This record gives sequence, structure tokens and C-alpha cells, in this order.
Amino acid sequence: MAQPAVKVENVSVLFNLNNEKIDNLKEYFIKFVTRKLHYNEFWALQDISFTVEKSDRIGILGFNGAGKSTLLKVVSGVLKPTKGNVEVHGVIAPMLELGAGFDMNYSGHENIYLYGATMGYPRKFIQERYDEIVKFSELEKFIDVPVKNYSSGMKARLGFAIASAVDPEVLILDEVLSVGDAKFRAKSEQKIVSMFDKGVTVLFVSHNTDQVRRICNKAIILDKGRLIAQGEVNEICDKYAELAAEKKK
Amino acid sequence: MKKYFRNFYKYRYLLYEIVRKNIKLQYRDSFLGILWTFLQPLLTTIVLVIVFGNLLGKDSSKVLNYPIYLLCGRLLYDFYSQSTKRAMRSIKNSASVIKKVYVPKYMYPLANVLSVFVTFIISLFVLVLFIAYFLLFSPNKPNITPYIFLSFIPIIILFILCLGVGLILATLEVFFKDIEYLYDVFCMLLFYMTPIVYRIDQLKIENEWIMRIFMANPLYSIVNMFRDCVLFGQMININHLLYSLAFSVTMLVIGVVVFAKKQDKFILHI
Repeated sequence: MAQPAVKVENVSVLFNLNNEKIDNLKEYFIKFVTRKLHYNEFWALQDISFTVEKSDRIGILGFNGAGKSTLLKVVSGVLKPTKGNVEVHGVIAPMLELGAGFDMNYSGHENIYLYGATMGYPRKFIQERYDEIVKFSELEKFIDVPVKNYSSGMKARLGFAIASAVDPEVLILDEVLSVGDAKFRAKSEQKIVSMFDKGVTVLFVSHNTDQVRRICNKAIILDKGRLIAQGEVNEICDKYAELAAEKKK
Repeated sequence: MKKYFRNFYKYRYLLYEIVRKNIKLQYRDSFLGILWTFLQPLLTTIVLVIVFGNLLGKDSSKVLNYPIYLLCGRLLYDFYSQSTKRAMRSIKNSASVIKKVYVPKYMYPLANVLSVFVTFIISLFVLVLFIAYFLLFSPNKPNITPYIFLSFIPIIILFILCLGVGLILATLEVFFKDIEYLYDVFCMLLFYMTPIVYRIDQLKIENEWIMRIFMANPLYSIVNMFRDCVLFGQMININHLLYSLAFSVTMLVIGVVVFAKKQDKFILHI
């Protein structure tokens, strides 16, 4: 049995919600001396455990504030869990927010290399895929224009094109398929499906259960930081629809 | 430990790309572009020579080449203040990336110190030009000896110092933005505390304690060593070497420890 692609063990994340944000020395000092440093503790995730086998495609469902994005941040290594630990085997490509690694003053062409390096890829590696990236993003005409002049759709297209071109083993998608026009959405969905054949593992966050059913084979539901259900995608999606209907009442 | 080296090795391209980006963007949209790395120190030195030359450049005991003296100090000071200031802001400025993608965070202060270092090395050509000019056309020749090849020693010590201070400041900046304004004032103080436009013996300090404060400034030791090899053509003072090296390495160790301890908390504050 091969080792799982992602293993999440008893992960909890604690946030300190300050009543007021203290970001200068004077305030901090005064509050420290007068012992008024109160923190509102808030567990964004509590005791989450699940494993994702290689080439599983797992959908993460949950209402707003359920901790979906926090979970993805923990898996991608951006956020260290307060308790528990996360193991990831394989090259991971996070698409938490497309285009987050871009420098606005840099042209599209230069940003391709910068973004690649942010994910840990050498210039040469990106160079080999450069044409493919530009073609997929459909930005041939604008590739030498600074990214600050791009529309949000163009940025998302470029970001998606780069992140999907590097053949990741684990792909993390946070509602990215809801950006861009219908045509690009269809194209990127197709691209992701084509990556399944190469055995890519996917963690996918969406509110759209139809999309989850199309892309994933398994799913989990998070509610208020707890894992409340996991299993086959159709079963879980039905359950989620039920929960959503209940909330509406 | 091995894990950290492997991680650094994996992300070395990121370091290269950030340095490249910083240098490319610094002079983008200016007509003269990279030429400003020469022009800026050249012009500011001319201004300083005009302003302070008559006041402080006069030397009764020996003939001193004031323009070169000033340029040596100024180039080193500029490297220090620019690199630490940029390193200080580096984590905050990269918040959008750090929040979304995993990257080793120390890459940002390191890359910023490195990119200022690259422009500093380029600007050293101005110094070479100055030295060549005064050797050829001035009666007041700098004393160039093989000791000039030792000038890399103060530069390396300064680099260690900048990186250490940069890491400390970057960490502080995340939690307390005030440090940015405080540090600007501190840098101004440092400029006047370091013998850049004047010589320390001109101050005629008699109080032993005030003298000690001046001597405690590591930039003083570094600038002094640099002038010894470049301008005066003599062996660097071993006390200055030991003091500034010990100070810089201590700063680096503190910087690395503070940064490593606090880096997981960055994301909650930026």
C-alpha cells in the first residue's frame, strides 16, 4: 500500500481575536503593565483528522466560517497548526488565491518566472513550459504589460495557467473555479480533469455541490471547525444539501 | 538541520528571482536606469564635499584626500541603512504571498539585503573612478598599496551585520509598525555618530565615556577598516576587526533566533 498523499492528524488551530488590534509599542506596553492584554480565544479548527490517498479527489464542504480555508492553509504549510500535525507527500501546488504571488509592477512574462520560483521551481523548468502557460492563459498580446494593468480575470487566468503547468502531485483549489467567465471555467475544469489521469490528488473547496460531484470522488463536511462527516462524494453532498436546507428554515 | 538546508536549496531560485526583481524594478521607468547606481553616490558626494569640505575637510597635520574619505564612509553607510530598511519592510510587503503560499520567510529579508548589496558592489565603481582620478590629476594622491585587496573583509563583516539587524527589524516590524519611524530617526543619528563627513580626532573629545560611545558603534570600526585599506594603504586595525566581527556575528545569531522563533506568528499579524 502506497503512503497517503495527505495525512491530517488531530489538527487544531487557535486564533487570538484581539478585541482591539494592538500594533504599536506604547499601547502594548500600557496594556501589558496594566494587565489588560485580553485575548478572545477562537478555535478555527478542532481535532480534525483525515487521510487522502494518492489520486483521491476530496471535496471540502461547509458554510461560511466553517474553517475550510484555514484547513487548506494548514495543509499547504502556510499556517502551522496549534496542535496536531500534517504530512504531505509529493509536490504541492496551492491555488488559494490565484495571482497572490504576482508583483504588480512586473510584466506577465516576468511574473511567470517569479511565480514559478515562489512555488520552488527553477527558471529553466518554467522556461520549458512557458509557451504552454501563455497559450493556456490566452494572454499572448498582453504578456509584456505590467500585471497592475490586468483585469482580475486575466490575473486569475495567468495564475491558473502557471499553477497547473507544473504537474503538481497535490493540487489545492480554493473556489478558484468560480472566477473567470464561463468559457475559462469550463477550460480550467477540463484541465483539472485531464490531470486526474496523471494521478493528481485534489483538495477542492466549493459551495457548489454540482461542481464537487463532477470533480471529486470523496468529500468531507466541516461545521464550526469540526469535521462532521466524511465519505463518498454523492452521499456527503446529499447530506450537505440537507444541512443547507435545514439552515434555511 | 539537514532539512533546512534542503529547503533552502529548493528555494534558491526564489532568492535569485527576488533579487533580480528588486534590482529591475528599482530603476524601471527612469531614463537613466541602472546608471543611477553610479550617479546617485557621485552627486551626493559632490554635494557633501561642497557643504562640508571647507568646514571639516581641512587637515593641518597631514594631507587628506577628503572626497575619497567621504565617499568610503558614505557608500558603506548607504548600504547599511538601505539594506536594513528594506529588510525591515520585506515581510510586510510580501504579506500577500506569505499568506497564500508556503515559502521560507527568511528569503525576503535575505533577498532584500542581497539586492542592495548588488547595487552597492556596482556603486563601488564610483570609488574606483575617484581613486583613478585623484591618482592621475591630483597632488593629493591616495596611498594605494596591496592592502586594498583586504577591503573585502570590512564589506563581508558589514553584510553579516546588515543581515542580522535586518532579520531583527523585519520581525519587530510585523508586530510593531512604530519601529519603522523610530528606525528612520536612529539611522539619522547613526549617520552623524559615524565619522563619515568628519574625522573622529576633529571632535577633540576629552570625556572618556563619550569617546567610548563613539567607539562602540560597529559602523565606525567597519568604515575605519575600509578606509585603512582603500585610502591610507595600511593594514587593518586588528581591534576594529575583532570587535566589529564579534558584534556582527552576535547580531546575526540574535536575528536568526528571533526570526525563527516568531515566524509562525507572522501570518496572524500581517
